[in-house]
Amino acid sequence: MSTVDKKPLLEMRGLRIEGFSDEKWHQIVKDVDITLYRGEVLGLIGESGAGKSTIGIAAMGYAKPGCRINGGSIMFDGLDLVKASEEEKRKLRGSRIAYVAQSAAASFNPAHKLIDQFAETVIEHKVGTKEEAYADAKELYAKIRMPNPNQIGFRYPHQVSGGQLQRAMTAMALSCRPDLLIFDEPTTALDVTTQIEVLVTMRDIVEQYNCAAIYITHDLAVVAQMADKIKVLRYGETVEDADTRTMLSSPTQEYTKSLWAVRSFKKQEVAPPPEDVPLIKVENVTAAYGTMTVLYDIDFEIHRGHTVAVVGESGSGKSTAARVITGLLPPKQGDVYYDGVKYPRDYRKRNKEQLRQAQMIYQMADTAVNPRQKIRDIVGRPLTFYLGLQGAEKEQRLHELMDMIEMDPNVFLDRLPGELSGGQKQRICIARALAANPTFIICDEVTSALDQLVAEGILKLLDRLQQELNLAYMFITHDLATVSAIADEVIVMLKGRIVEQGPKDDIFSPPHHEYTDLLLSSVPEMDPDWMDNVLAERKTKEGVEAAGN
Amino acid sequence: MLAQRLSLGLVTLFVISLIIFLGVSLLPGDAAQAMLGQSATPETVAALRLQMGLDQPGYLRYFSWLGGILQGDFGISISNQRQIGELLGGRFANTLFLAVMAAIISVPIALTLGILAALYRNSVYDRLVNVITLSSISTPEFFVAYILILVFAVNLGWFPSLANVSPDTPFFARIYACILPATTLTLVVVAHMMRMTRAAIISLLASPYIEMAALKGIPKWQIIVRHALPNAWAPIINVIVINLAYLIVGVVIVEVVFVYPGLGQLLVDSVQRRDLPVVQACSLIFAATYVLLNLIADILSILTNPRLLHPK
Repeated sequence: MSTVDKKPLLEMRGLRIEGFSDEKWHQIVKDVDITLYRGEVLGLIGESGAGKSTIGIAAMGYAKPGCRINGGSIMFDGLDLVKASEEEKRKLRGSRIAYVAQSAAASFNPAHKLIDQFAETVIEHKVGTKEEAYADAKELYAKIRMPNPNQIGFRYPHQVSGGQLQRAMTAMALSCRPDLLIFDEPTTALDVTTQIEVLVTMRDIVEQYNCAAIYITHDLAVVAQMADKIKVLRYGETVEDADTRTMLSSPTQEYTKSLWAVRSFKKQEVAPPPEDVPLIKVENVTAAYGTMTVLYDIDFEIHRGHTVAVVGESGSGKSTAARVITGLLPPKQGDVYYDGVKYPRDYRKRNKEQLRQAQMIYQMADTAVNPRQKIRDIVGRPLTFYLGLQGAEKEQRLHELMDMIEMDPNVFLDRLPGELSGGQKQRICIARALAANPTFIICDEVTSALDQLVAEGILKLLDRLQQELNLAYMFITHDLATVSAIADEVIVMLKGRIVEQGPKDDIFSPPHHEYTDLLLSSVPEMDPDWMDNVLAERKTKEGVEAAGN
Repeated sequence: MLAQRLSLGLVTLFVISLIIFLGVSLLPGDAAQAMLGQSATPETVAALRLQMGLDQPGYLRYFSWLGGILQGDFGISISNQRQIGELLGGRFANTLFLAVMAAIISVPIALTLGILAALYRNSVYDRLVNVITLSSISTPEFFVAYILILVFAVNLGWFPSLANVSPDTPFFARIYACILPATTLTLVVVAHMMRMTRAAIISLLASPYIEMAALKGIPKWQIIVRHALPNAWAPIINVIVINLAYLIVGVVIVEVVFVYPGLGQLLVDSVQRRDLPVVQACSLIFAATYVLLNLIADILSILTNPRLLHPK
């Protein structure tokens, strides 16, 4: 791309942003430079807390409540957004610079129809009338392949699916045909099969309307598909700048290399399950919420010392299967056997010993621990409840558990959850599960809220504990990279049914079930040409099938 | 869902009627004795008790009372032998008139002040509004009423100090007479509604869709009115309704100060005269008002929630 004789659309020089917490101001972005030309996509990557979102919305001259820009310049098409008045900035927002947020479900106003939220920007910036905006919205909805483009805009946000909402938000960002688009982790909340469609939409839009874009993500494979150049951030500072191919093939900084090397963990092979009685056996289970059936005739087994990964999109019934095993949702038909013994369907009818055997670890460690209780109480409660430990005995066990999760008991036992990082909180949840001396642990998306480096640490810890304690895991996830790292057997679920199950190597190598194939081929790879290749492949396949018919 | 709320309301009313009846029966002394005074002979008291049905067991009296009410018959007043239904009708209309007038003044003021306070939160304006409304709610009603009378009726002579209306007072004269009592009530209820409006809106301002609206370049006041307010209705409506109920049920003091012939004053008079059937009837009407208004609040909360209004 020739950029020699053009002026940059966006130029940040020495940008500094500080945030207010604990009664003082902290520098959260330090001297960041960005130069962006029309038609270019810049990828901002880094772990949580790296300041990427803060920098992204600073490109609109906006600082989140509690933050302020305290140095540098942000030149957008000749106007310095640091010095510009609120009114000047307001006129740019939505019309010339538009924002696509991480969670469309939370970022659409629940009280208004999609199309009215689309038209609002158009009317506010006097780009057109309401009727023109409606017509344009329908056209854009059609262009990004939304179902029923003429009617879908008249729905409320809660009436459409997550992937459709995210696309509707991309359309909304385009309503005034902006020059610069800010994508803030727009696909993080989506399933892989939906993600690829949304990514294609966004890339086409940028090309078609010749906008510039900033793409913020923590997912390296995604940024490889979207960006022309990449900036790696850490603690609010630039680590490395390069164009995408160079960055992927020859990163120069240690930190970048460590990010690139993340997915190397693989658990070692275990012997195939022996023919004896399985630890957990789920037999012909059908379950429903009210009248809505969500699980149809599910059968599977989990053996001692083995990890079974359950994969599928949201709504496929993965977590419901876990709720049936724990007895939180008594099934309509079928039963759960533990070591050959049939368990009562309802957890209220199970005895303490039965409850102790199966423990859970949740996705959001933040909400799974009581913020007002000290770590000592959080981990100590199951020790007293299940095992009746008190006093010195309990204290000793607490120290052992903290050592198991590699956290210093003398430092952490008297802290509150709020003083810990996300990864540390998840370790506490693991310790709480271990405190009951279980034989079986359900891990429900335990790493999906964590940065990749931290997630890797959690996976390694779980693997070590499994070997030491001969635990069985049921690992619920939508992330296939995690599956390939930790699973022994895989169950693929779709719409409440198991479409395929077996040892990991069988599932991951062809021939696949049609849906498994779609799932596997939708996982982005670090290759910048990956998305083009997948699209080309799917097109040929469709062509062959069409010719065959 | 509506049917469930409705039947729950009816059950509540039934329980309340029971409590009222029991409570009144527990009062010391008896109505026949009270009517005839200290000098009555035991024979005449016994005869009157028989005539009033007071010799019958409690549950029978309760059911005949309840049965009468269900047919619109509230019984007969002990003190002046008139039909209680008649007595209440005019009084209740007066109370409603004053309440509606106070509501028409106070609700728009409270909403506007609350929205502006949310828009200019933590500014001088915000603090000023908070201080003024909080001072007015912290001052006893009778004191506010007497201050208003002193300033506007005695010193300035703009409005009458007594709101003594009769059934044939013309509409506008009625409004004129009610200005001071309505203002007193407004000063008492505005703070609560205004502060809830402000809090409900501000609690939403950290939502992602509010940030999104700001990043779409929507002006601040539109963000408040179009993006925050529609999602804040449920708590606001509940507080408004509690205050409306207060305007009807809690006006006793204001009615007494302004000598306004409303239900509250009737209740106070009847308690003094030991006219228990009237006390029971008034209490039941007040309870019914509360139940009905809360039912309306529930329905309105549902109607303003897009998720419930537009199911998938």
